[in-house]
Amino acid sequence: MRTIQTTEIVDAVAAMCIKGNTELPADVRAKLEQAMAEETSLSAKEVLRQLLENADLAMNTKLPLCQDCGLAVLFVEVGDDIRIEGGNLREAIDEGVRIGYGDGFLRKSACDPLTRANTGDGTPAVIHFDFVPGDTLKISYMAKGGGAENMSRVTMLAPAQGWQGIKEFVINRVAEAGPNPCPPTIIGIGIGGTFEHAAKIAKKSLLRKLDDTHPDPAIAAKEKELEDALNALGIGPMGLGGKTTVLGVKITMEPCHLASLPLAVNVQCHSQRHEEVIL
Amino acid sequence: MAEYKLNTPLTDEDIAQLKAGDVVFLTGFIYSARDAAHKKLVDLLDEGKELPFDLKGAAIYYVGPSPAPPGRPIGAAGPTTSYRMDSYAPRLYSLGLKASIGKGKRNAETRQAMQDHTAVYFGATGGAGALLSNSIVESNIIAFDELGPEAVREMKVKDFPLLVINDSHGNELYAVPDLKAAGIE
Repeated sequence: MRTIQTTEIVDAVAAMCIKGNTELPADVRAKLEQAMAEETSLSAKEVLRQLLENADLAMNTKLPLCQDCGLAVLFVEVGDDIRIEGGNLREAIDEGVRIGYGDGFLRKSACDPLTRANTGDGTPAVIHFDFVPGDTLKISYMAKGGGAENMSRVTMLAPAQGWQGIKEFVINRVAEAGPNPCPPTIIGIGIGGTFEHAAKIAKKSLLRKLDDTHPDPAIAAKEKELEDALNALGIGPMGLGGKTTVLGVKITMEPCHLASLPLAVNVQCHSQRHEEVIL
Repeated sequence: MAEYKLNTPLTDEDIAQLKAGDVVFLTGFIYSARDAAHKKLVDLLDEGKELPFDLKGAAIYYVGPSPAPPGRPIGAAGPTTSYRMDSYAPRLYSLGLKASIGKGKRNAETRQAMQDHTAVYFGATGGAGALLSNSIVESNIIAFDELGPEAVREMKVKDFPLLVINDSHGNELYAVPDLKAAGIE
């Protein structure tokens, strides 16, 4: 049994919130640079140029990349052989978010759904726990902005609709979202599980690196097929037209009920902010 | 595609010359308002009360900035998605608002209101909040302080970079998705 103090967790989460919101991950930057080189439209190139300049400026000034610093979403993998000392794990993570969003001058966007009163400190975070073998605690953080999240959908397809039905739903969703979610976007897709599980695995897919390849060649091929189809839509950066509508498509597939074909499409903006730490 | 330098307050002449796709560098005072502030503005109108700023010739920026760190007038300040303000925008255009600034599509009523009242919709680059904050030289909360990031701010801008998305003649800049090219009939 390894012991991990909650104070370590608080510090690590606070640091991830600040770094995540001010430093664009290298894989995202590389994709934006590649897109800028490949685009022929002047407006598309100009948008991408601004996004890269914005990333430099955020890095140098420690201003957030985007004023929407998101709801804090955390995926936590708790090793079987660890013990948390000093308090409750969920409370420690929320405290880290509270400190990170305060000290980092990040926008606090959590509010009451009906009164719309702001909770004032960016909490509660949305936290998903999993239990895994080992003696480490892995925490992944994502700043999930509202504009792209609003364009996301869950649907329950009929099994007969199959891959073709999935493909049509995803393409129509991205087409309908158009310029709203800040394209070029990253599309996280969850296929299978149940209603709520499809949404969760769609979101978790967004934690993958943009330049990785799915270990299952059949799913990797489907990701490529969808990415090509979505880029053929021609929506382009900020909806102004161009070859780059998405920076990537990431699919997670899990078994489902024999009556169902759950599908979740989680749209993420180009400002794909995420960090991870292993304690 | 032309390039213009315009100052607030905006006139009908300023607006009528603009075409979708034109670039505008805006200087002067603009007002931040997004979801919750729009509701309060419209409530004030319903009660026959005065708004916290003059709508005549005004530009409203759909933004909820991040907090200003020491030494800067404002934090990151990029646009939020505009369709959520579509239920309020036609009324504000009819009362003299000349421009709204945001990102994403507007509905048919809002586009029609721009034609009826010689007004425009400008796009600013979404997700470029740090960069756009460089064009904001001053920012003061003038109403609804309790809304925090959603409070109404008077922002002094200098050469704020904008793109005309919807002009006052019914044109729109956004690309139409090519479903056929994506394999859908």
